Amino acid sequence: MTFDEGTKALDNVSLSINAGEFVTVVGPSGCGKSTLLRIASNLEANTGGTCTIDRNSIGYVFQDATLMPWRTVARNVELIAELHKLNKSERQKLAAEAIDLVGLNGFEDKYPRQLSGGMRMRASLARSLVMKPKVFLFDEPFGALDEITRERLNDELLRLFQHEGFAGLFITHSITEAVYMSTKVLVMSARPGKIIATFDVPFAYPRTHDLRYEPEFGELCGKISHALRGAHE
Amino acid sequence: MSSTNVTPSPIDEVIPDKRDKFSFTDYIGPAIIFLVFIGIWYLFSTIVLPDQKRFLLPTPHKVVTDGFFVWHSGERRGLQPILLSLWDSAKIALIGLSITIVVGMSLAVLMSSSRWLERATWPYLVAIQSAPVLALTPLIRALIDGTQTQRLLVVVLIAMFPIVSNTLFGLLSADKSQHELFTLQGASKWTRLVKLQFPAALPNIFVGLRISAGLAVIGAVVGDFYFRQGGVVGIGAQIDVYRNRLWGAELITAIILASTLGLVVFLFFGWVSRRAIGKWHIINRGH
Repeated sequence: MTFDEGTKALDNVSLSINAGEFVTVVGPSGCGKSTLLRIASNLEANTGGTCTIDRNSIGYVFQDATLMPWRTVARNVELIAELHKLNKSERQKLAAEAIDLVGLNGFEDKYPRQLSGGMRMRASLARSLVMKPKVFLFDEPFGALDEITRERLNDELLRLFQHEGFAGLFITHSITEAVYMSTKVLVMSARPGKIIATFDVPFAYPRTHDLRYEPEFGELCGKISHALRGAHE
Repeated sequence: MSSTNVTPSPIDEVIPDKRDKFSFTDYIGPAIIFLVFIGIWYLFSTIVLPDQKRFLLPTPHKVVTDGFFVWHSGERRGLQPILLSLWDSAKIALIGLSITIVVGMSLAVLMSSSRWLERATWPYLVAIQSAPVLALTPLIRALIDGTQTQRLLVVVLIAMFPIVSNTLFGLLSADKSQHELFTLQGASKWTRLVKLQFPAALPNIFVGLRISAGLAVIGAVVGDFYFRQGGVVGIGAQIDVYRNRLWGAELITAIILASTLGLVVFLFFGWVSRRAIGKWHIINRGH
């Protein structure tokens, strides 16, 4: 992947993700993590190489919640179904299910400005869930949240992952978050973005909060951190 | 894998609703300014102005008794002819404003969809905005027949710019990621316009509407000055007649009512705006 101005953003990156796999990419800022997602979702055209993905069934979760401030939670969650031209009763049924899944019941008629950052992210998740995509792309979705909210939403997302069994590609800066969520963690280096290390995460699902304090968890985080330091040099 | 039970974790609190509420204290400020204004007026019409000039500015109570409280006297004096003129101008202002809204918003939509068109039309919009209508009147008179059409054109020329510029600004204000959300779903240009850009533009559109509505009233009054015919004339023409005949009380009554019309239109669009976007639009005062 090379940009018009000649910057090589990604070089020789190869990965495949199956249903039921949750792959996380960590790497320094500007290493091309997001570019990877943008190519996968076709927001950016790749200049070389191939990308095989079911583009009709992608859920994309942005860094910010990207809710429409003029729509209530329920209407925001309906949006993607609306863009797929589903009829009203169908959309409302799907939206109600998704709102239920992320635990926003009772907040259907609130506007985004009335919600906290964590709740907005839940609404955003619910919106992506509506069409039950088989592939989920996450572009640092919880980066702006405080630690506790972030951990809660990690658990939430893991439940959804187990419930829906989608294939997940997750971008983050947080090593702990990466290990906690994933079946596999990739470490990228910058300019050009290359995958310099791959770590399989052996812990079984469902994972619980205490896993973060297990010695094996810490050990794996340490190894990834070490690899990341290499990526920064 | 799919048999896992989904139990969402507890949720953080909803942000309490804090909106601007009108209270009694909101009326004290305007009331004080009003009293000060009346005081200064009395000062001028009884002390500051030399005797021979006082007929130009009758005292406030004389305006009320001679201007507002006389229903009809002679051909042109009294509240009734003033109100008829006002209604005549109000019609021109409202029709002109409607034309401005339709044309201006359509133009903004076209400009938002094409950078080229935006670049191509922008200088001319600014030129129309800054050209003095007075200078254009001979041209308008020469090119267009019919007093009403001429008056409408003046309104449209004067009120156009704020609608176009604010609507355009609003249409281009949607976030990049919001646009990408639509791109990912393969949304058409039309869908994007209707479901994303237009609603995102509403706060700006209402700002433009309020400014243009006030300008439409000004445009109507100015148009009356230059384009008039027999029968009922607009409030601008009426004001001109009072000025010529040195009828101070009627002159000031007509001016006050013309300003009131502008104020009413302004307040009306403020009300519509609150009804339409008040529920979701965030107002930040910084305190």
